[in-house]
Amino acid sequence: MTTNASVIVTTPNDREVLMTRVFDAPRSMVFDCYTKPALLKRWMFPEGWRLVVCDNDLKIGGAYRWEWQKSDGRGMSVIGTYQEIVRPERIVRTELFDPDWTDGETLGTLLLAEDDGTTVLTMSVRYSSRKARDTALEFGMKDGAATTYAQLDALLADLSRTQTAA
Amino acid sequence: MIPPHRLDATFIALADPTRRAIIARLASGDASVMELAEPFDMSQPAISKHLKVLERAGLVSRGRDGQRRPCRLDAAPLEAANEWLERYAKFWEANFQRLDALLNEMKTAKKKPARPKR
Repeated sequence: MTTNASVIVTTPNDREVLMTRVFDAPRSMVFDCYTKPALLKRWMFPEGWRLVVCDNDLKIGGAYRWEWQKSDGRGMSVIGTYQEIVRPERIVRTELFDPDWTDGETLGTLLLAEDDGTTVLTMSVRYSSRKARDTALEFGMKDGAATTYAQLDALLADLSRTQTAA
Repeated sequence: MIPPHRLDATFIALADPTRRAIIARLASGDASVMELAEPFDMSQPAISKHLKVLERAGLVSRGRDGQRRPCRLDAAPLEAANEWLERYAKFWEANFQRLDALLNEMKTAKKKPARPKR
C-alpha cells in the first residue's frame, strides 16, 4: 500500500475547496474506481456508512444518484448530472446533497494526471457563492471539542459531498 | 473557540495573493502601512483596504504607537483555518487509503499470468 501519499487540502479562492492526492497506480485504474459502482462501493463512504445505491449514468448529461446508509437507518444521498467526461483524465459534474448542507448545488471537478505509472488526483468543489461555501465551512466548525456525534456525522456527510468526482 | 464567521473571514482573507504576502511579511515582524506598501506596486490606500480585510478576520491588529500604528500578525485564526482543513483532509485520507488498497488489489490481479486452459 502507498503510504507516502497523503491528501492536501487548500482553498484557492473564496468559492472553492481544492484537494490533491497521489496514487501509486495508472490513472485508468483510478478512473475506474471513481466511475464503476461495484468499485465505488468498496471505498467511497464515510466511516460507519455504506454506499447502498450507486446509479451512475456515465455520459454527458447523464444523471447519477448515490445513497449512503448508516447502521441506525439514517441515510444521505447526492444527485447530479455529468457535464464533462474525458476518460481517463477529467470529470465535471453537478452535486446536490440531501440533506443539503452546502446551500445549494456545487460543481465538482476531478482531474487525473499520470506520471510514470503514478496518478496525481486533483478534486475541486466550487460552491454556488461565497455564502454557500461559508455555510459549508461553518458546518465544519461545528465539529469542535464539544461536538455531538450527530454533528460529527453531519460533518462527515458534508465532506463526502466532495466526492465530486464520480 | 473562534466563531465560525471568523473562520469564513480567514478563508476570504487568505484568498488574495497580496494579503497572503502581507501576512508573510508580518510573520517576520511588525510593520507600518508605509513599510508594507513598499514592496507592492500599490498605493497606501489600496494596502489599507487589504489590511481592513485582514483586521476583520482577526489576522492583523494595529498598534497605538502614534502616527505609525504598526501592524501585527495574530496567528490564532490561521491555526483555526488549518484545523478545519486538517479535519477535511483526514476524512478524505481515510477514503483514499481504502482506494489505495483497492488499486493495489487491482494491480496484483492484473500482474497474475493467465492460467492456461485445460
